[in-house]
Amino acid sequence: MNPFRSGLRPENLSGHHQKEKDSPRSLRLVWVYPDLLSTYGDRGNVLVLERRARLRGLPVEIVEVNSDQPVPRDGDIYLTGGGEDLPQTLAARRLLADGGLHEAVGRGAVLFAVCAGYQMLGAEFGGADDAQVQGLGLLDISSGRGERRAVGEVVADVDPGLNVGRLTGFENHQGVTRLGPGARPLARTTLGTGNGDGTEGAYAGRVLGTYLHGPALVRNPGLADLLLYWAAGPLPPLPPQAEELAGRLRAERLAAVVTD
Amino acid sequence: MRAKVAATVGGAAATVSRLAGRGDGSVIGGIIGLRLAPDLLSLLAAGRQVVLVTGTNGKTTTTKLITAALAPLGGEIASNIYGANMEAGLTSALSRSPDARVAVLETDEKYIPAMVKQTRPKVVVLLNLSRDQMDRAAEIWLLARRWREALGNAPDCRVVANADDPLVAWAASSARQVTWVAAGQRWREDSWCCPNCGAHLQRDGDDWSCRECGGRRPPVSWMLYDNEVTDPTGRSTPLDLALPGRANRSNAVIALAVAEAFGVHITQALRELRRVSSVVGRYTQVSRRGCDVRLLLAKNPAGWLEALDVLAPPPAPVLLSVNAQGPDGRDTSWLWDVDFRRLRGRTVLVGGERRLDLAVRLEADEVAFRLVNDIDEAVDAARAVSPNLEVLANYTAFQQYRVALGRVH
Repeated sequence: MNPFRSGLRPENLSGHHQKEKDSPRSLRLVWVYPDLLSTYGDRGNVLVLERRARLRGLPVEIVEVNSDQPVPRDGDIYLTGGGEDLPQTLAARRLLADGGLHEAVGRGAVLFAVCAGYQMLGAEFGGADDAQVQGLGLLDISSGRGERRAVGEVVADVDPGLNVGRLTGFENHQGVTRLGPGARPLARTTLGTGNGDGTEGAYAGRVLGTYLHGPALVRNPGLADLLLYWAAGPLPPLPPQAEELAGRLRAERLAAVVTD
Repeated sequence: MRAKVAATVGGAAATVSRLAGRGDGSVIGGIIGLRLAPDLLSLLAAGRQVVLVTGTNGKTTTTKLITAALAPLGGEIASNIYGANMEAGLTSALSRSPDARVAVLETDEKYIPAMVKQTRPKVVVLLNLSRDQMDRAAEIWLLARRWREALGNAPDCRVVANADDPLVAWAASSARQVTWVAAGQRWREDSWCCPNCGAHLQRDGDDWSCRECGGRRPPVSWMLYDNEVTDPTGRSTPLDLALPGRANRSNAVIALAVAEAFGVHITQALRELRRVSSVVGRYTQVSRRGCDVRLLLAKNPAGWLEALDVLAPPPAPVLLSVNAQGPDGRDTSWLWDVDFRRLRGRTVLVGGERRLDLAVRLEADEVAFRLVNDIDEAVDAARAVSPNLEVLANYTAFQQYRVALGRVH
């Protein structure tokens, strides 16, 4: 039997999927608003999750939801990407009105948010022309505009409780984010700006956000596996050759910034 | 007089820079000239007919094509063909050609508002707008807004703009006089939403419209369809360019529309466009160890998408090469916006300083490849399969290969 069946939550199965009794239900990846929030390689996160799930024999279904469509309620992992001020504001307004993402998170779906998508999850964030904009309230954070733009490589040590290796990635934002008592920092920065107070990103339950922009999961396969684990339960290891290139890239990038 | 002294000193510095082997001199001369006279560019532009060419992709090629298309006017044309496209580069180009009555100037996207003010152009060309080197470039919705404001304040200027790119069309529509060109839009990932109100756009082929605010693709007077250009009189003519690819046909139609604004007839202009076969080393074919190597340059996802279309069909091997130095953008995230799946089944070689980033990207798209350390290793690998090698590289990777192959022109 497929080792993932036990990890899926049958109570979340839609009628459509329940018909397929003999095959494991596909893991549904819902990419939220790529028409507004997909600035720089955000598709990479979808592709990495898809690849790492498929290599383990877990079927994957990818749903791209544009901002003129309702957000499906029955996804397993939701992704929101980066964007400019105006698209970020529009996306937040539409997601509040739609309610689908809130419903999904409310019943335990995984949400992974990057950069503008991360800020948008909080109580408020800095929008165009320095106006504060109401956020989605899905994570206990609050963001505003910082003094200067943070652009460059980031290295950060992840909360040991998450059992994920060091974060390596690139940030490009002008946000400053404060965490409330209901959220924990994802990591502590050793290089780069992150939230602006020595921490980087935040998580609570199965909602996780980071300032690493774009394809953040490419250089952080451990983080990708954490999201898959949250959605599908215990994961078998990948064959070593499937991990080799990503491992080399990760090592090269970490070494490059340490010697810089 | 002040302009003359500043331009002369700047010119001397450019000569020294070239003699010292420190570059082609197109920037240092401008910098020194501007130190001596901060309004040097306005002084140098006064009394000339200036064309500013901007957009994310195709600036250099289109500048070259417009310069060619205007050749029938006779006389010298000032231009900054080596890509120095900020204030110093424009200044230097004008001071090098003091007698040119016409100037065709490639202009960095961010500098358009300032350059419009200073050069009081006759024509501004807006090609396209898409994500590009976001660690140092401005966000594109913001850029479009700045273009829009600048062109709204330049009533004497004619804008030649691509109507098929919604961001460009929105930016251009503030201008008093616009020549709309249906130049096509291959890359759409940055224009799914209305630049005016943010609603998801309705799209049907090249047509686009917004249900919320009523914004729509403007009626065009020039059209590109496959290899054919339709001019404002409705007559169609085959382009038959020497330059390859849809993007260059699109650039050529824009050049024809600019030539028309100068009174150059399409037949004369087209004859000149067909003679252009390479642009500062781009599209050039060179022989290396008995292998025909062709160099293609693309710097961002939209550029790579167009360049992948231009590649010779299999079995010709493809060398992809990516660096992430300052001019390339230090962030390689954009690789994940390029769809590489069409390279499946081909011989693909991967080089450049960030070849591991590219390798991981190709692996995700299930494209088989081999890592190579330099152009000769790639040539050797290619020769086993085919007598020619297609090279697609981003900016500094392209320049490195150009140097390795002996300053290809």
